[in-house]
Amino acid sequence: MNIVVCVKYVPDATADRKFEDDNTVDRVGVDGLLSELDEYAVEQALQIKDKQADDTEVTVLSVGPENATDAVRKALQMGADKGVHVVDDAIAGSDALATSLVLAEAIKKIPHDLVVCGMASTDGGMGVVPAMLSERLGVPGVTLGSEISVEGETVKIRRDGDASTDTIEGSLPLVLSVTDQSGEARYPSFKGIMAAKKKPVETWSLSDLGVDAGSVGAGAAWSVVESTDARPPRTAGEIVTDEDGSGAKALVDFLASKKFI
Amino acid sequence: MSEVLVLVDAVDGKVTKPTLELLTIARRLGEPSAVVIGSADAESLKKYGAAKIYTVEDADTKDYLVAPKAEVLAQLVEKTSPAAVLVVSTGEGKEVAGRLAVKTDSGLITDAVDVADDGTTTQSVFAGNFTVKAKVTKGTPIITVKPNSATPEEAAGDGAEEAFAATVSDAAKGAKITGSEPRKASGRPELTEAAIVVSGGRGTGGNFEPVEAFADSLGAAVGASRAAVDSGWYPHSFQVGQTGKTVSPQLYVANGISGAIQHRAGMQTSKTIVAVNKDEEAPIFELVDFGVVGDLHAVLPAATEQVNQRKG
Ligand SMILES: Cc1cc2nc3c(=O)[nH]c(=O)nc-3n(C[C@H](O)[C@H](O)[C@H](O)COP(=O)(O)OP(=O)(O)OC[C@H]3O[C@@H](n4cnc5c(N)ncnc54)[C@H](O)[C@@H]3O)c2cc1C
Ligand SMILES: Nc1ncnc2c1ncn2[C@@H]1O[C@H](COP(=O)(O)O)[C@@H](O)[C@H]1O
Repeated sequence: MNIVVCVKYVPDATADRKFEDDNTVDRVGVDGLLSELDEYAVEQALQIKDKQADDTEVTVLSVGPENATDAVRKALQMGADKGVHVVDDAIAGSDALATSLVLAEAIKKIPHDLVVCGMASTDGGMGVVPAMLSERLGVPGVTLGSEISVEGETVKIRRDGDASTDTIEGSLPLVLSVTDQSGEARYPSFKGIMAAKKKPVETWSLSDLGVDAGSVGAGAAWSVVESTDARPPRTAGEIVTDEDGSGAKALVDFLASKKFI
Repeated sequence: MSEVLVLVDAVDGKVTKPTLELLTIARRLGEPSAVVIGSADAESLKKYGAAKIYTVEDADTKDYLVAPKAEVLAQLVEKTSPAAVLVVSTGEGKEVAGRLAVKTDSGLITDAVDVADDGTTTQSVFAGNFTVKAKVTKGTPIITVKPNSATPEEAAGDGAEEAFAATVSDAAKGAKITGSEPRKASGRPELTEAAIVVSGGRGTGGNFEPVEAFADSLGAAVGASRAAVDSGWYPHSFQVGQTGKTVSPQLYVANGISGAIQHRAGMQTSKTIVAVNKDEEAPIFELVDFGVVGDLHAVLPAATEQVNQRKG
């Protein structure tokens, strides 16, 4: 079986994330990493590979700037077999529609039975790329799985919705997305880190994919960001230390003063 | 005036509050047309301003995931050339919207917290640290709107019902729902709709009783941090944060929660924030209007008793 895992390189959520003057996400001035939510996708792909008797191959795919290779490397260290990095200046500023277009064209060039994605990227966080990929590739999308099993051609997931917990099935080829409930992602082992150095990573440009540069990027975006404003910091509140029940009383007084009681 | 398509979200036929919010927002952009795939109470759609109600037969959509819904909507977009399509920002809603955007080659904005009458949307990004205004520039604007982004306002609509004969392709039936177990109701207000949310984290040590009792005294919904959910202390559907629910209540009370960026992402825009935490250095205190440094197992039961007394 051939598995493609889509991983995004994102600014670190615990760093001071910000925007450029042109309202695009600052992807250079802030430390980046493999989106934590995509580690779950890599993990599930590796678990599926481990359970398959045949010579299953896991390819990680990332669309992003030069340093997005770091995300690909990390996935290789975790155990993926090879990497593809699509990088092209014309891609900068792409929205989800353009990103999914580039990803879909890249996936078509890689043998694939199963495409695994994270539930959402930790920066844009739209959670729409997997559904868009399913649409663009013309294969089923089995999304937001918290428990995944693959038997023969059938992929089965458990999906925890608000109103119910559902079981959803589809048959290969398909696009799968997994949640952060699907199981802890493994850490790269020393052996894994060494082995990753020898694993092949191909770099593709838009022309390698036959995608017209004018159809993606900020200029071709389907929507435009008009402004980005930092939220004003909250004004410091009152903090009391509880001593012999004083905390509860102060808390209730506060709630009453605000008419919550 | 152009139509604005609103995809109706209903549970057991009952139209959800976020759908009524969409109908209210839709009136700013044009004339709301409710799209009912399955069944929904037409009276409440009318009452909140639906000029038209498109009903689509259930048979081909109910056992499948989102793809058939996107097909139906695409056909309606083709037929009506609407000013916009509005969908509730749930996991499912966003997927329907994403597919629809590809099918109709239209721009998509997700998780809007406001939509102005010229179609400009407001979003809260980077864990609520930034406010972004954006606008769709190509095709039909497709916008998913977070629950609680507007107050539903009544406005009598004609609610003219029109059965829409959509065709669902076999390709859209690739992902099938083979089993479904309804979640049992907690009896408390819906987390994303509640005016007050009382949450517990790792600091509860697994005992949510004081959190629940305090919530009940205030008529609040109960939330949880991911640490509490991952420990198996509270179900995932109550998780607040980046990979859980976003809440923006009048009052948010965080108990035994440190205030990690991913948790803030789900509660930072609450109007009033209160925390009880025994560590005075906990980052949650940077956000609060009022904080108590203390043990939640002592503070909450005493506070619950006093609230109940004051209510008489
Ligand atoms: C990709 C990603 C997504 C995530 N998504 C989410 C999400 O959606 N929601 C979420 O919440 N987290 C999320 N997290 C996890 C997040 O980073 C934190 O680990 C988590 O929020 C911590 O939960 P906590 O505050 O309950 O636990 P801790 O950080 O362990 O804090 C416990 C707090 O309780 C206090 N305490 C202990 N005992 C008591 C007591 N008796 N009385 C009062 N206070 C006490 C301690 O002082 C401490 O401040 C995510 C992480 C990642 C990487
Ligand atoms: N630039 C990208 N490169 C590779 N995969 C991506 C990219 N953007 C999104 N994805 C995948 O799509 C998922 C959802 O992303 P999003 O819709 O942006 O929230 C992510 O978890 C990734 O698996």
